[in-house]
Amino acid sequence: MADPEIKSYEPLHESRSAAVTESRPVRITLTTVTLVFLGVFLLLPLIIVFKEAFAKGVGAYFQSLGDADTRSAIRLTLLVAAISVPLNLVFGLSAAWAIAKFEFKGKAFLTTLIDLPFSVSPVISGLVYVLLFGAQGLLGEWLKAHGIQILFAVPGIVLATVFVTFPFVARELIPLMQEQGNGDEEAALSLGANGWQAFWYVTLPNVKWGLLYGVLLCNARAMGEFGAVSVVSGHIRGLTNTMPLHVEILYNEYNAVGAFAVASLLAGLALVTLVLKTLLELRYGAEIAATRGH
Amino acid sequence: MEVRVVNVRKEFERFPALHDVSLDIRSGELIALLGPSGSGKTTLLRLIAGLERPTKGAVFFGDEDASQKSIQERNVGFVFQHYALFRHMTVADNIGFGLKVRHGAARPPAQEIRRRALELLDLVQLSGLEKRYPAQLSGGQRQRVALARAMAIEPKVLLLDEPFGALDAQVRRELRRWLREIHDRTGHTTVFVTHDQEEALELADRVVVMSQGRIEQVGGADEIYDTPNSPFVYSFIGESSALPVKVENGEVWLADRPIGLPAPHAPSGEAQLYFRPHDVELVDGCSGCIAGTVAASRRVAGTRRVELEVGGERQRVEIELPVDHPAAQKSRVAFRPRRWKLFPTA
Repeated sequence: MADPEIKSYEPLHESRSAAVTESRPVRITLTTVTLVFLGVFLLLPLIIVFKEAFAKGVGAYFQSLGDADTRSAIRLTLLVAAISVPLNLVFGLSAAWAIAKFEFKGKAFLTTLIDLPFSVSPVISGLVYVLLFGAQGLLGEWLKAHGIQILFAVPGIVLATVFVTFPFVARELIPLMQEQGNGDEEAALSLGANGWQAFWYVTLPNVKWGLLYGVLLCNARAMGEFGAVSVVSGHIRGLTNTMPLHVEILYNEYNAVGAFAVASLLAGLALVTLVLKTLLELRYGAEIAATRGH
Repeated sequence: MEVRVVNVRKEFERFPALHDVSLDIRSGELIALLGPSGSGKTTLLRLIAGLERPTKGAVFFGDEDASQKSIQERNVGFVFQHYALFRHMTVADNIGFGLKVRHGAARPPAQEIRRRALELLDLVQLSGLEKRYPAQLSGGQRQRVALARAMAIEPKVLLLDEPFGALDAQVRRELRRWLREIHDRTGHTTVFVTHDQEEALELADRVVVMSQGRIEQVGGADEIYDTPNSPFVYSFIGESSALPVKVENGEVWLADRPIGLPAPHAPSGEAQLYFRPHDVELVDGCSGCIAGTVAASRRVAGTRRVELEVGGERQRVEIELPVDHPAAQKSRVAFRPRRWKLFPTA
């Protein structure tokens, strides 16, 4: 049978019409302002970080990275990210699932609550944990009696990081899942899939790119968090110092090379995140666009 | 598989979407649920599928009460209005999905699943497209893949929600004929929802006309069109004109004169007179007829549609005339409906 749906398409028109095009001087001015702004506020600091890190040569750079305290800070940061990112992956996914796919009372409240870490200063988030778990805090007595150390230890740092990075995955997924609706899941169920199969074969693949974005951003923030972690960490060298805290300590000790060497690692992480994100968009752009709508 | 819907009521947050609906669907039948939006037709379809649970009442598949069964256990093939194809899977994987998610011995080997998928793809006349993704298909092709996917699980019942709603007119007509062919070949009991009466009347063995959460009438195309049982069905199906009249002494009266329509069995009192605009005879000299002044006259395809103002209250009614009929040029036209029906005004 001849396919009845083949239509002829008109050639695409130039998408910019004359009416909305600005005059040449305006265009040049706007572009220049943007580029200068980006250069001064984003590119220049990045260059300075690397310049300072290598100020005394490659040898000094690697020597300061090899320092025991520095290595311990790197390990701690990796550990904290390795715990908090998977936690937030699961939390974010289930929160987004609940909000996008079901109707329940207090949904608007929950949505607002998820945004809370974005709107509260990280220092406050840290202080909340001090008030909860500190020696004079709400649970302090009980924790002390049972010999559980949360503040000024890894658990406290993980808690603060989880709190601060909570919204990234959820925020990325909620609009995506809301837009996609329940249709695909209903189709999967009607074909005999159970809930788990519907999630694994249909829901998850539909949101995988959004999920990956969320995880990348969440990871970058988890490794770079300063404020909240600073309040709960106690700054014990070699024990509770994460990379951002260690940068501050080294800098305050006038160890510029050491400070900027660690900072360059963090900056490198940010760059890797951006490059990964761009590569994903280039490689799977069509597919990402396709899963975002029909 | 025969399906019986028994006294089903469905409420959404206390708002009733279906009131006490009962319907018998025969085995192998192709049946249409027809109604305007908000009439409850999609809700009824989703209740049969198990996508919704009834607030009251039951749904039987054969002699089995299916109302307590989940959608997976009911084994129905559901085709969604917007297809709901899995966009990250190829056409073949989409069709094979229902077999792939089966457990244990019920799950055929991968090769068998693939063979079934290709076979179904052939049935829906899309051979060769098995490696495409849904985004690479046209609307009509997606709809056919959705149907193939629903049929892959060898369902007891096929349920289609506005299957051609999102397609353009020509494709709709083509797919309509094609769906009828598929149905005749496979013999599935099939229920589809539509708001397009032409689609329902042309395609279905029987049509269920619904309005405001109730079933108004169930019947074949002839029955629904020729003997509508309510003012709603009369005006919803096909063209119709209505006039407020009175029944007295076994005759129909318009204002103060009889219009030559005997109604010996109708109860006396106020009523609405319904008739089809094309089913009228023109009369000369009015003794027992409906006469009116021509208010407007439009050429519509093969006929001329004339709007008349009738009686002292200038009620507007429409009749259809042959294109070259001289009456269209006159300022007054008198006619009498050939077939008509009275509905007492409540």
